[in-house]
Parts: sequence; structure tokens; C-alpha cells
Amino acid sequence: MDIVVIVQILDSTLRLATPLLFACLAGLISERAGVFDIGLEGKMLVAAFMAAAISFVSGNVWIGVAGAVTASVMLSLVHGLAAITFRGNQLISGVAINFLAAGITVVVAQNWFRQGGRTPSLSGDARMPRLTLPFADALRDVPLIGPLYSGILSGHALLVYVAFLCVPLTWYMLFRTRFGLRLRAVGENPAAVDTSGVSVTALRYGAVAICGVLCGLAGAYLSTGLSAGFVKDMTAGRGFIALAAMIFAKWRPWPALWAVLLFGLLEAVANRFQNIEILGLTLPVQAMQALPYILTVVILAGFVGKAIPPRAGGQAYVKEH
Amino acid sequence: MSKPGKLPHWADVTLVPLASVALAFVISGILIWAIGENPWAAVKLMVDGAFGSSYGWGYTLYYATNFIFTGLAVSVAFQARLFNIGGEGQAALAGLGVALVCLYIPWPHWSLALLGATLGAAIFGAAWAFIPAYLQAKRGSHIVITTIMFNFIAASVLGYFLVNVLRPQGSMDPASARFPSVTVLPKLHEMLRPLGIPFSTVPPVNIALFLAIAMCFAIWFMLWRTRLGYQIRAFGESEPAAEYAGISPVKITIYTMLISGGLAGMMAVNAVMGEQQRLVLNAVEGAGFIGIAVALMGRNHPFGVFLAAILFGFLYQGGAELALWTGIPRELIVVIQALVILFTGALDNMVRMPLTRLFAVRRAR
Repeated sequence: MDIVVIVQILDSTLRLATPLLFACLAGLISERAGVFDIGLEGKMLVAAFMAAAISFVSGNVWIGVAGAVTASVMLSLVHGLAAITFRGNQLISGVAINFLAAGITVVVAQNWFRQGGRTPSLSGDARMPRLTLPFADALRDVPLIGPLYSGILSGHALLVYVAFLCVPLTWYMLFRTRFGLRLRAVGENPAAVDTSGVSVTALRYGAVAICGVLCGLAGAYLSTGLSAGFVKDMTAGRGFIALAAMIFAKWRPWPALWAVLLFGLLEAVANRFQNIEILGLTLPVQAMQALPYILTVVILAGFVGKAIPPRAGGQAYVKEH
Repeated sequence: MSKPGKLPHWADVTLVPLASVALAFVISGILIWAIGENPWAAVKLMVDGAFGSSYGWGYTLYYATNFIFTGLAVSVAFQARLFNIGGEGQAALAGLGVALVCLYIPWPHWSLALLGATLGAAIFGAAWAFIPAYLQAKRGSHIVITTIMFNFIAASVLGYFLVNVLRPQGSMDPASARFPSVTVLPKLHEMLRPLGIPFSTVPPVNIALFLAIAMCFAIWFMLWRTRLGYQIRAFGESEPAAEYAGISPVKITIYTMLISGGLAGMMAVNAVMGEQQRLVLNAVEGAGFIGIAVALMGRNHPFGVFLAAILFGFLYQGGAELALWTGIPRELIVVIQALVILFTGALDNMVRMPLTRLFAVRRAR
């Protein structure tokens, strides 16, 4: 493997990790507040469709991003209604949202564009522009720094950098602000938060809404940054990989970054090579595809450190009288 | 929110699911109207397409057979308060079991092949459910997450087997060879002919329908007439109480999931052996997930599952007709399915509350 291939793989790792990172942080914030969310996939899918559809119609990708975030937040609120207000089963609500998204995107896409459940391909201002970082062109030929800075770090869409910036932001919000402290408390012991006079419902809705915004960005990047247009089921399990990354990271922002980079790398490698030879053993491409899921099961089983979810996760809070 | 008393049992098992389905249908109707089609015409087309001919009935019952198996699978797990989302993966792996049994064992007669394939499907499905069950029981990993992960792993395993092992030489298609003709199952029209009942020869509905109905009775008997069934239900009602009564949580979790996985797997008998006659990559086509909607609507009772499976069979066949004759794509059915899951499974309190209030008012008079 020469340096060019390595640079290309790492470059696409960053791009593939971006939607995972947004969705992973989205799930992390929701679950830290005690609301399980297996509907990340569905929210991303609806956002991906809305971003592509609105960008195509308006010719401006940022209007598309706004539409994507709006749609995703609306689905989040449906989840909030089921999980928080009506104290329904959060897992079933997530499943329902995933199917709702899978169905409605195709029905609406077919109705709007009549291209078999896809949007027309995007070009020009309807796609997310790629940014060239300062001095990237000047440094291109410098050894080591050139490929690293100009080849890998530079030349991505704005949302890629936003995603990576979201890691310290999430960390700061969760562990250094009053809102974050309360948010974590509401996921561990809602009764205590309630007793101190803070609304459990409002905090959980807040977390669910942030989750919606982040899923919206994940979907928008998917259809206008990573690819140029929406196709049916284009999230292809990314919402679940993000969920896996969240568990892998044990519900912590910085480990989440490493987890999505690892899973992004796996995807980039699987895209590039069909079968990989390691120590005389041929690793089939299917093994690479299954690896994130297998790793998650191993982590969940507690063979490599135990993954303990927030204590009140998945339980609706019933106010005491 | 105050609790206005309890709903009578009969209302809880009939009115709540019916109201949920009605809500789902109304919202779907609005969606159809919003995309510029006529909801009333759509309903007529669907009913006509699914029940208007023996051709329609045949497809409806074929789909319903799949959904009975996967619906029972989810129901049995729900009885023990376990949420098995892994029916899709269990059925996919079971397809592999069916294919191996049909391809590599020289069967003398279809009846023996059916027996062998059913066993193969149930064992493969149960085996795929065993690992998440074991991890939940022994290591405390959440069964919902592990079964989701196992769906994806199953897809990869199946892909590997189809591309590298089962694919006939020279074929580009990731699918197995066709099963020998002795393994072809009798279709419903062949079984009705001796009785003098004419039935369309086209639809793939086959003897597996009766296997599915038999499983409804068997699961009912198991749940309400055997010690194991009692233990499963007791465990589902209250885990600490069951444990106090000497019921082993590990044993019940694993047994329940084995039964659940086996049932989901048996779906492959209908789809892989009864219809496709070879193993393809996506033999399950989402039936594992529809099992969730069917179980929720059927209130986890085998008879309810049977009725809900017929309803979803109707939706699938009707939806196919709709896609054929109008501009409404098949995915509309996925929307309806999602709404049914949402209202019966997650927003059931929203549906139940007004009903409960209604009954409270009536009782007060």
C-alpha cells in the first residue's frame, strides 16, 4: 500500500465518520437524559431526503439543511410525545419512527420527483461546498504535513468540521454546564431532579430536541455532502452503527469520536478493497461490514470492559404526588 | 395526568387495537389525499385486490403465513417481557438452514423434506436467537440492542454463504441453486382440488399456511396450558416475583428466546421452500419486523396474531395492487405498518386514555 492509498482511505474515513459522529452524539445526549432512541436511523433518513429535496428545489443547500433539521426535530418530538408525555415504550416508538421514515421518504419522493423514490442529483449550490483550509495549497508538497493537512484534513464540507467541533462542545455541555449536569441527573435519577424543583419533562424534551437537530445535520450531510442526492434507504444502517458507537464509547463524547473514526475507517477500507489478506488469512468483505456490530456485541457482553447505560434509561418518569 | 380507573379487559383487547388501527388508517388516508390520490378509491382497490378473487386471497394468505410465524415469535418473547427485534435475522439464517436441508439431503418425498426443512429452519433460527438470549441472561447485555446487531451480522453471514459457498459455478447472482423438485411443497389449489373447490394456481400460498395455524394452537397451548408457559408469563408479569417462586430467569430467558427464534425461523419454510425454491439474499423482505406490528396488534395472543397477520397480509397484497394501478408506491404499506406500531405499541396510552374516560363516565351514570 503506498502513501496515496493511505491518504485516500483516511480522507474518506473522515467523511464517512461525519454522519456517524452527529448521530452518535445525538443518541448520546438523548440517552444521557434517560430517553432511549433507536430511531436515529429514521430521523437521519428523513433529514437526508428533506435536505436533498429542498436543496434541489431551492438551489441553496443551506435552506435544505434547515429543512432537514426541522423535519428531524419534528420526528424527535413524536418520539418525545410517546416516550415522555404518554410514557409509552421508547424502543417500540423508535422502531415505529424508523419504519415511518423508510416509508414516507419513498412515498413523498415518488410523488414529488417521480424518479422511483429518489431525488434528482444535486449540483452546484445545491450541494455542500468543500472548504479548502488556509495554506492547504501552499503546504501540499511538504513531506508528512502535506498529505496530512492538505490531503486528509482539508477539502471537506463545512459540516465535517462542525461534527468534529461538536465533540468538545458536547463534552463541555454535559460536564461543565448546569444544563448538562441536570441532563445527566435526569438520566440517572429523575426523582432527585424533580425534588429539586427542575422539570424532568422539559429537560428530557430539550435533550430529545438536541438529538433531533444533530440527526438532521447527519442526514443533511449524507445526501448533500457525502453523496449528491437522496436514494431510497440511503442511511443503510448508519443509525444503528452510530448506536453501536455510542455503546462502544460507553456514552462518553471523546471515546465516541474514536469509535466513529474506527467504524468510519472500517467502512472506508471495506469500500476500497473487496477481500483483505492478513497473515495469510483472507478476510471477506462481509466480515468487515459485520465488524462494528460484532465489536458492539462483545462490548455489551462485558468481555472488554462493561458498558453500563444511564440508570433511568428507557423508563418514563411518573411524577410523585 | 390522573388515571381515570381501568378499562374492562374486553375493551382493552378489542377497542384499543381497533382504535389504533383506525387512527393509523385515517393518517394514511390523509397522506394519500395529500399526494393527490383518492383515499376511498385506494381502499376499494386494496380490498378488491386482496379479497376480490381467489388470486388475491392466495397472495393475502401467503403473506399472512409469514406474518403469523414472525408475529408469534415476537409475541412469545413479549409474554416474557423480552423484545425480540431480531426476527429478521433469525428468519434470514433459518433460510440458510432450509437451503442446506433441501440442497444437501436427498429427500424421497416432499412431506419428509417439509419435516426436515421445518426442523432446519427452527434450529437455525433458534441458534441465532440463542446468543443474544445467553448474553442477556448471563451477561446482562440489552437484548434489543444485541438482536438489532445480530440482524446486521446475519445479513453479512448470509451474504458470505451465498457468494462464496452456495452460489452455483458460473452464476453471478448471489443466490443458491434451485432446490430439487421433490422438495416443492403442495400449493393450496392442489390441496383444495380434491374437495372440488377451484382456486387460482398462481399465488404461492402452500401447506405452510396450515403449519402456521397449527403453531398458533401449539403456542396457545404452550403458553396457557403448560408449566413452561406459566413460568414464561409469570416471568413477564414480574421478574422478582417469578424468581421468588423458584423460576430461573436464565432458564426462562433462554427458553423463550429459543422458541421465539425457532418460530421466526419457520417463516423461511413458507418463503424459501414454499415460494422462492432457492435461497436469495433478501428472502425475509422485512417480515421479521412486521412481526412486531402483528404481535402488538394481536395483543400477544395467538388468535390475535392470526387476525393481525391476515390484516397485514391484506395490506401487503392490497398495497402491491395499489402500486400496480395507481401512483402510490408500495412503501405506503411501510407507513401504515409504522403507524400501527406507533399507536399500538408506543402511543397506546394516548389511545387508551379517552376510552378509559368514556367508560368511567358511563359507569358513573
